[in-house]
Amino acid sequence: MLLSLPALHLQTSEHHPLFQLPHGRLGPWCSPTGSPAPLSCETGCGEGTWILVCRLLVPTQVSLLSMEEDIDTRKINNSFLRDHSYATEADIISTVEFNHTGELLATGDKGGRVVIFQREQESKNQVHRRGEYNVYSTFQSHEPEFDYLKSLEIEEKINKIRWLPQQNAAYFLLSTNDKTVKLWKVSERDKRPEGYNLKDEEGRLRDPATITTLRVPVLRPMDLMVEATPRRVFANAHTYHINSISVNSDYETYMSADDLRINLWNFEITNQSFNIVDIKPANMEELTEVITAAEFHPHHCNTFVYSSSKGTIRLCDMRASALCDRHTKFFEEPEDPSNRSFFSEIISSISDVKFSHSGRCIMTRDYLTVKVWDLNMENRPVETYQVHDYLRSKLCSLYENDCIFDKFECVWNGSDSVIMTGSYNNFFRMFDRNTKRDVTLEASRENSKPRAILKPRKVCVGGKRRKDEISVDSLDFSKKILHTAWHPSENIIAVAATNNLYIFQDKVN
Amino acid sequence: MLPRGLKRKCSEDEAPAGPLQRQSLLDMSLAKLQLCHMLAEPNLCRSVLIANTVRQIQEEMTQDGSWSLPGPQTAGRSPRDRLVSTEVLCCSAWAGPAPAPDPADLASALQAVPATQVPGAMPGGPWDRAVPGESQGGFPRSLDQVFGTLESQGPGTVEELLSDVGGSYCDLDAVLMGVVGGAKSGPEGLETFASVAAPPRGTGCKADLGELDHVVEILVET
Repeated sequence: MLLSLPALHLQTSEHHPLFQLPHGRLGPWCSPTGSPAPLSCETGCGEGTWILVCRLLVPTQVSLLSMEEDIDTRKINNSFLRDHSYATEADIISTVEFNHTGELLATGDKGGRVVIFQREQESKNQVHRRGEYNVYSTFQSHEPEFDYLKSLEIEEKINKIRWLPQQNAAYFLLSTNDKTVKLWKVSERDKRPEGYNLKDEEGRLRDPATITTLRVPVLRPMDLMVEATPRRVFANAHTYHINSISVNSDYETYMSADDLRINLWNFEITNQSFNIVDIKPANMEELTEVITAAEFHPHHCNTFVYSSSKGTIRLCDMRASALCDRHTKFFEEPEDPSNRSFFSEIISSISDVKFSHSGRCIMTRDYLTVKVWDLNMENRPVETYQVHDYLRSKLCSLYENDCIFDKFECVWNGSDSVIMTGSYNNFFRMFDRNTKRDVTLEASRENSKPRAILKPRKVCVGGKRRKDEISVDSLDFSKKILHTAWHPSENIIAVAATNNLYIFQDKVN
Repeated sequence: MLPRGLKRKCSEDEAPAGPLQRQSLLDMSLAKLQLCHMLAEPNLCRSVLIANTVRQIQEEMTQDGSWSLPGPQTAGRSPRDRLVSTEVLCCSAWAGPAPAPDPADLASALQAVPATQVPGAMPGGPWDRAVPGESQGGFPRSLDQVFGTLESQGPGTVEELLSDVGGSYCDLDAVLMGVVGGAKSGPEGLETFASVAAPPRGTGCKADLGELDHVVEILVET
């Protein structure tokens, strides 16, 4: 049922200066064997050295203040970062995404805001600053809406952001909440026209009778301004909550997926979309499975996959039929009878699905594992990685406190050799597919010294707990890393922990 | 690790669940379903997963013969018939519990006591939003009735009581405090209930249908 919703008030952005921690010195690091670890930036290093580049925070109140670049960041650090009252629920980051070059990093939050960070350019004077991200643009993407027919409020939380490849000087991204997808154009303005004939400098109209000479307006430089304008609003096409959006490799279409349907849009057309998947049963009482994530193939514009709450992945070819209810491939791993419990189905529900950059594999995240599937093998994954298997004996408690329904995302690195996903206690995990080594790292404020080297963490599963280990019962389940992103070509990662955005990079000599 | 105030009900051990653990899991799941449908718009994925879990538990309980045998008045019915239809349990608060689940049946699911009646299937399906014009069927009891049962019954029937609450978003904490507190919280709890309940429903069904008709009229004319 399509409804017309009230018009939205959209704001343009302002350029905000950096809000950043002061720098420190690099420290030494040794691999577990005691010798310095090799640096392997090209191939990706699951267990390599990771250092904190910066921790970014854009709380609501701070963004309203005007801040100069030269302000002593230590002072700001003390007064704002430690004052928890500045962190509101609206600031909780709900999605993180690098653009195709890695120059820009976008975050969406629960308050419907999008904040875009830009990578600092390399300069001879400040070599250390390369790799840091500054606030580039902030804008309100979605506002809370009210669905009058159902008497329901539609949350403004940004569920997903996806960048379009850059085709001109402006940047384009899609952002979505539960019901509406928007295409935003982010562009820079560093010149403005001056010398109009009919308007004076303040923009007031001049009386034509007073004009005695004519002049040609010229463009004069001005302070850089970054503007975000909504170019398209794709609304009223989803009855259920949108969980995924994915830009097609043809750059002309994209898809949006909700719990039961997937729609295909053309960027130019906002008042209609094609429904390409519909798993809503005729009788809703028979509903036992929902769509949890969907993504287009990175190269084949006719192919996409979608995952379900039953742990299955379907690959569909849009050339086969208009409505892709019949899949081309069906990926499902047979259940392990020894691990069967009442929670088996819930923990098999896939929370995220991602194609590898090569397009040859897909990666899926369920509650306890990350799996890599080869597109040519449907009956089982080629690789399975345990994220936090020590939770398997705690499933009942996790069901009780609802943590079992947490939806973790997963990401590939640029070369598809390392995969990363989040866990609890602000831990996140990396798995190197080649060396089969893995590492657990923590995004925490205690270790927030800039350029601080991340120490691998370990969870003690029983028996004697070593000094640096943390026991399962001490884990903080309210601190969960659901959203992470990996730079498309370099070893730079962005990790969202509540309202903090951590940027880490591989230590480079 | 657990929210304050909630007792740990299930054991940490993942060994095959004994009947007691299974029962407590079922209770927990039913409570979750009811609570999540008190929200303005429930998370469909979560609801489906919980409903599937409930179904799974019920099936296993049936196979084990854990369901009590039927009494003479229900002779001839197989135990399966008395499985509380999860769709009934999942009934969306918005759709209006129509027909409202018979308390006896819910009680049977919770306490494995023989039911006297099989709940019917929900028209229009529980997952759907109410389509204007579609008959709402039953309608929520008046608040007086709900408050009356609140005072007389214990927390064991929390689920059935919560299912009667109207389609508005309720402050879960307030509700839980008011309901579980039972007689103790007395007027306080009831007041909380009243303060967060849906806009006062007039004479029940007729008022609701009237409202819907009005809304439909507006839509059709625009």
